[in-house]
Amino acid sequence: MKLIYEKSRPGRRGLEVPKPDLPVPPVPAGLARAEPPRLPELAEPEVLRHFTELSTRNFGVDTGFYPLGSCTMKYNPRVNERLVGLPGFRDLHPLVEDDAAQGALELEWRLEQILREVTGLDAVSLQQAAGAQGELTGLLLMRAYFDDRGEDEQRRRIVIPDTAHGTNPASVTMAGYELTKVATDARGNVDLDDLRANVDERTAGLMLTNPSTLGLFEENIDEIAEVFHGAGALMYYDGANLNAVCGISRPGDMGFDIVHINLHKTFSQPHGGGGPGGGPIAVRDTLAPYLPVPVVARDGDRYRLDYDRPKSIGKVRGYSGPFGVFVRSYAFMRAWGPGLREMSEVAVLNANYLLARLRDAYELPYDRLCMHEFVLSARALKREYGISALDVAKRLMDFNFHPPTIYFPLVVPEALMIEPTETEAKETLDAFVEAMLQIAREARDDPEAVRSAPHNRPVARLDEVRAAKEPVVRHAFESHETPAKERERKSLDAPKGA
Amino acid sequence: MSYISLTAEDREQMLAAIGVASIEELFREIPAGVRYGHVLDVPPALAEAELTRHLEQLAAKNVVDEVSFLGAGMYDHYVPGVVDAVLQRGEFLTAYTPYQPELSQGVLQAIFEYQTAICELTGMDVSNASGYDGTTVTADACFVAKAETGRDRVVVTEATNPQVRQVVKTYARGFGLEIVEVPHDGGTTDPVRLGEAAAGAAAVIFQQPNFFGCLEPAPELAAAALEAGAVPIAHVDLVSLGVLEAPGNYGCRVAVGEGQSAGNAISYGGPHYGFLAAKQPLIRKLPGRIVGETVDTAGKRGYVLTLQTREQHIRREKATSNITTNQTLLALAGLVHLSLLGPQGLRETGETCMALAQYAKDALEARGLELLFPERATFKEFAVRVGRNAREVVHAARAHGVNPGYPLGRDYEGLDDALLVAVTERRTVEEIDRLAEVLAP
Repeated sequence: MKLIYEKSRPGRRGLEVPKPDLPVPPVPAGLARAEPPRLPELAEPEVLRHFTELSTRNFGVDTGFYPLGSCTMKYNPRVNERLVGLPGFRDLHPLVEDDAAQGALELEWRLEQILREVTGLDAVSLQQAAGAQGELTGLLLMRAYFDDRGEDEQRRRIVIPDTAHGTNPASVTMAGYELTKVATDARGNVDLDDLRANVDERTAGLMLTNPSTLGLFEENIDEIAEVFHGAGALMYYDGANLNAVCGISRPGDMGFDIVHINLHKTFSQPHGGGGPGGGPIAVRDTLAPYLPVPVVARDGDRYRLDYDRPKSIGKVRGYSGPFGVFVRSYAFMRAWGPGLREMSEVAVLNANYLLARLRDAYELPYDRLCMHEFVLSARALKREYGISALDVAKRLMDFNFHPPTIYFPLVVPEALMIEPTETEAKETLDAFVEAMLQIAREARDDPEAVRSAPHNRPVARLDEVRAAKEPVVRHAFESHETPAKERERKSLDAPKGA
Repeated sequence: MSYISLTAEDREQMLAAIGVASIEELFREIPAGVRYGHVLDVPPALAEAELTRHLEQLAAKNVVDEVSFLGAGMYDHYVPGVVDAVLQRGEFLTAYTPYQPELSQGVLQAIFEYQTAICELTGMDVSNASGYDGTTVTADACFVAKAETGRDRVVVTEATNPQVRQVVKTYARGFGLEIVEVPHDGGTTDPVRLGEAAAGAAAVIFQQPNFFGCLEPAPELAAAALEAGAVPIAHVDLVSLGVLEAPGNYGCRVAVGEGQSAGNAISYGGPHYGFLAAKQPLIRKLPGRIVGETVDTAGKRGYVLTLQTREQHIRREKATSNITTNQTLLALAGLVHLSLLGPQGLRETGETCMALAQYAKDALEARGLELLFPERATFKEFAVRVGRNAREVVHAARAHGVNPGYPLGRDYEGLDDALLVAVTERRTVEEIDRLAEVLAP
């Protein structure tokens, strides 16, 4: 398919702009644009068709089953898209006086109340744009907290299990902390002996996902909390897997002091091909003074943004956060109400059902009940037939399923990480099981069919090594070449040495 | 509940297949002490019609019917209808990050086209797939500059958006960077003063047009930074880049900015996208997703996420950033808007903003108000002295249905009587006349 730049013809345009009958003041010499940017030139209908065609070459939850582990690809209610477009939300400027934003502030406050209840914690900041930013913010809160106690220089270490998502260690570096890794035991829990040996007065805190990226609930969470709080350290909960435990178990009750919530996972903000997201954090009272500014405050039935917080770490994003995400997630929570517990129950039921039906065909590294997701290994297929987790993933596309997350977590070789979410029907789960079982049979009987997959997509497997070796990251505009450049290119193309 | 399909019969069959007697049993590995034994204390569930009514009632409590001259970083530029149509395509809206390229050529090609547009507008060689917003990409750029220069001080002009400066300062703590601010001199930054501050710095950040709406002597600021061995970083407005020179063409090595003005509704501050682009030598130091062109096994052109060895899921604690989720859908909106505008439409949008802003300046001066920086050229925004506390003026004007702008005293000492007035292509001569009447009756 052509790039939009390759469809461009000089003189076309896709939007008329108001042109008042007024003189345009000159741009001072040296600051004016010399050459116009080579943006596409197309009429409006062709622009729409271009992007519509692109959309047909993409796969979303609306297209089909998307069991991408750790990403919680659930149904995104369409009414929420209509609600976020209400003029009272869509056209509201973030710098208006608070009296003009009472509805927005009330929505933020109500969202915070629900997040407090679900996490079991005391205070919330909505500002963070994504889970990773929640992590960074949480770690900066730890630094501010210990700085206040004169312990920032002493407590330099953050403990992370080896199953952690890559954002955790990356956030540790960004926050100026040092990383201490701890191992996983034979049941998939954090190795307690390793943990005890690595936590002391130099430890600032723990970052833990529970259930873990293996989809397993941390059975020793009480002991872990004792170790950290006993050492005067704090506990950070990576909420990536909160979809497993809403109304069932609360991070605050588990002993965590700081939690981030991925609104784009558990609370159904659509993923948008990579974003936007929302990463609010909830904290214990002791950490509330350090939260980013502004926070939403309520005085009677009036709401305001409070900037007067002398101990705050500052701002981590513009304004009070990604408000449109709040609208969608708040609407999603209100549609469920206290039934959010059922949401998690069904997510866990769906995952365990898939696990029960797939465990004989693929290796199960930790034989336990799973939570909202589970990890299988294609190790045996690889060893016996040369079929890798990547091959299984690509072959699934031929059945019109999005593949699971593969090669993560790192502690499981040839990992296939499967998260069905609560919004899939049993028929869909059964069809997915049949596809996975067929692929396992094909690995033995017809491995080439698996290795050469996918077979009916706009492109076959792509050469990622080449993409990284000689990066082409923008269009080259050959058609816009100047004559001089063209002559130069032709001379390069000319036969040499003949 | 209409978001789930499982019937009672489904559930029984599934529990039987798992080999447990009840849903409760699925949670038996959760220690009893941390199980939540209560019904969640949250408001009751709402049917879709009730939900719609509830959110309509909340939306109605916001005031959005004033004639607005409030900008200060967020602008009410027109968002074309085609943008909405594209964003409502479920294949874009409900897809994840394109880790599986064979199922994601649509969004991958769109990001490649977006990267091209950002590079064209900014005069850079490489753009990432977006950052959270205009504040966080500026902080990201500081990290790039630190990695590039090995230095640990960043200079930022005081005339840079206060929200941006606040976020940079927060991130700086984690990055181990010292932030130094250079005061403005009559609304713009003095290149000599900036050059002195830039000695030994990793980066120099300035905004063009700056927060006051004034046009900085940008080429001289970039030159001062380069002279000191610092990475010049320009924070720019996409809408201005049809009429203003691209930062890559006057010496900047990194360009960042808030993408909201191209393709995104204001939406009380988000979600929007931040763009970050750089010159080729910095490519392997950039944070965030980058899409690259390649070929498939049959030699056909296709697109993939590339240079992933910079990223957290591979490099972990050695990554260039922790960023994972970004703002792809909003960046797509930007691409659609820019594709509709084309070079001609973008230039005309800029010219209309400039023409209307000049008309507004003249109208306010004609009524006896003084411009704060009368010597400076501006783009779509300018500061004016309103003769008394600007917050009170805002309040009074709103009683007449006009939001006249942003009180600069919120961020700058000594500017309590100054108002920052933004004029987009959506304002009319009549609305500007009304502003003048309300500010200087």
